Amino acid sequence: MIQGLLDGVLVGSVLSLGAIGLTMVMHTLRFANFSHAELLSIGAYVALVSDAVFSAVLQPLQNIISPFSMTWALALSIPVSLIITGLTAVAIDRFIFKRIRDNGEELSMVFASFGVALIIRNLIGLVFGLKTQLYSDDIVMAIILSTDPLLLIKPDQLLVLGITCIIMVLLHLVLTHTTFGYSLRAVAENPSLAQVVGVNLSKMVTMTWVIGGGLAAAAGILYGLNNQISPIIGKNLVLPIFAATIVGGIGSIYGAVLGGFIVGIASSFALLVLPSGYSPSVPFLIIICVLFLRPNGLFGEARV
Amino acid sequence: MIGVISYLVFFTTIAAILAIAVLGLNLQWGNTGLFNGGVAAFFGAGAYATILLGGTPQGEHIGGFEIFYPLALAGGALCAGLLAWMVGLLTLKLRHDYLAIATFGVAVAFESFVRNTSVMTGGALGLRGFERPLEALIENPFLYNILFLLVVVLVLASVYVFLQKLLHAPFGRLLRAIREDETAAQSLGKNPSEVRLTAFIVGSVIMGLAGGLYATFYAFISPQDVVPTLTFQIWAMLIVGGAGNNLGALVGTFLIWAVWTGSGWCLSKYAPVEAQIYTGTLQYILIGAIIVSMLLWRPQGIFPEKLVISQSGD
Repeated sequence: MIQGLLDGVLVGSVLSLGAIGLTMVMHTLRFANFSHAELLSIGAYVALVSDAVFSAVLQPLQNIISPFSMTWALALSIPVSLIITGLTAVAIDRFIFKRIRDNGEELSMVFASFGVALIIRNLIGLVFGLKTQLYSDDIVMAIILSTDPLLLIKPDQLLVLGITCIIMVLLHLVLTHTTFGYSLRAVAENPSLAQVVGVNLSKMVTMTWVIGGGLAAAAGILYGLNNQISPIIGKNLVLPIFAATIVGGIGSIYGAVLGGFIVGIASSFALLVLPSGYSPSVPFLIIICVLFLRPNGLFGEARV
Repeated sequence: MIGVISYLVFFTTIAAILAIAVLGLNLQWGNTGLFNGGVAAFFGAGAYATILLGGTPQGEHIGGFEIFYPLALAGGALCAGLLAWMVGLLTLKLRHDYLAIATFGVAVAFESFVRNTSVMTGGALGLRGFERPLEALIENPFLYNILFLLVVVLVLASVYVFLQKLLHAPFGRLLRAIREDETAAQSLGKNPSEVRLTAFIVGSVIMGLAGGLYATFYAFISPQDVVPTLTFQIWAMLIVGGAGNNLGALVGTFLIWAVWTGSGWCLSKYAPVEAQIYTGTLQYILIGAIIVSMLLWRPQGIFPEKLVISQSGD
């Protein structure tokens, strides 16, 4: 039971990071972006490549940061991946979504996002192969927290939680204490009104993608640390991340954080009652429950 | 020669069945503006229910009720409608992204359900034990396939005529009105969420019908037939043909189905053996690229929706 909670919190931290970016994009640009989860894959693979490059160039970076399985090269790769993935998200918007918006085909953006997701996912499969990969082959033993009930935790998992907390606190400070944060929230709340008070809309849209892409990359790397890296990361996570945004209420950043943890913990508990084959459908059941009980999510507002 | 003809019959049968599903999607997306991200689930519900209702008993399995075929087919379509009613009721009053996410979720949940509930759906092995109607009477399989094709074309034609009539009836006008300006329609006393729910259910019933025919044709259905790929193919067909135009939907279906089967054949024949495992990967990139490039450069499709002017205001 407590082990389930622990595992759920870990999955939840990945989902939260993914959901923050998704909810911001969905609220600002008003479309369900089915390609958002592919940014997690991009982030994970960029870090994989960058890790290999750093290790090859500077041998000492191959040393692992004890007690984690992470090497210094991978630690350095995290900011690289955040930036590259953020820029990729901006490029995708510039070349595809923005053009469709400008054509006045806003509703078609959902279709386009599916097309983009298919292209990204399969290009990754083509370049890196369909097999699964790991950041590190070293096995780090789990620490036994208690034997009855049996509670295990890996140092890497603590690292994941730590990094997630740092990112979230930073984001919170930016959103509540800087002019930039105010503008970003204003645009998400009401784009036309934000423009009236002098916020540069297109710049804020770009920044939304940069932040969303960066957080997605962080989520992808952390997911890769705890699990395996494969081209279907996005395919597996797209529904849980959407579920997290719906639980929190579309547009609410703090809702997305909470939603991510709720979906993660609920999925982990569901394993106790449901055979594991059914676990892909758990996020859907959560979505149905939320729509039934509280259609606009925990923190969302009714809006057409 | 007979080989070529029987392949053409096979190709046309599958394309015609998919065309029925595309027409269903056109009612939802093209005419009403409802995004359905889970076409495969509604198609699959029709397929599985038809076999469960009309099949022969299989040992310990639930199902195999041996119901008279047309009723089994209708039951399948009805099941798809029921699924649509559940999803629609919860989402159609909310902003449009909820429907997109919920329908996508329904397809994921449906696939994991049929993969795992072996006692009913046969799990990953799929459902067998279905006797195709009248097959025992017609001994020649070639002749049977031609007759089956005729029945499918007949169903397709009926669905087509039904939808054309529906769209030119007041109901069709109402759908367009709600798609274009919901508030204006509401101010005239119309109930948008109710009308949308009706269109969503009717479209899904049509998809379920297509699924039932598909399962009948193969006398078999497995989770492999209801994967998200089907949803993407059906969208590509509608977007290429022209959303909102039923004729375009038909042309788009045959075109994309030809591209899909053709590209699969070319890759299996000419690609090096090491690259063969990437056949699916390359085909997905192709479908994704078709969807995105159509939306970028010709969003109205090959056959754009015809502008209907109900009353000219001078």
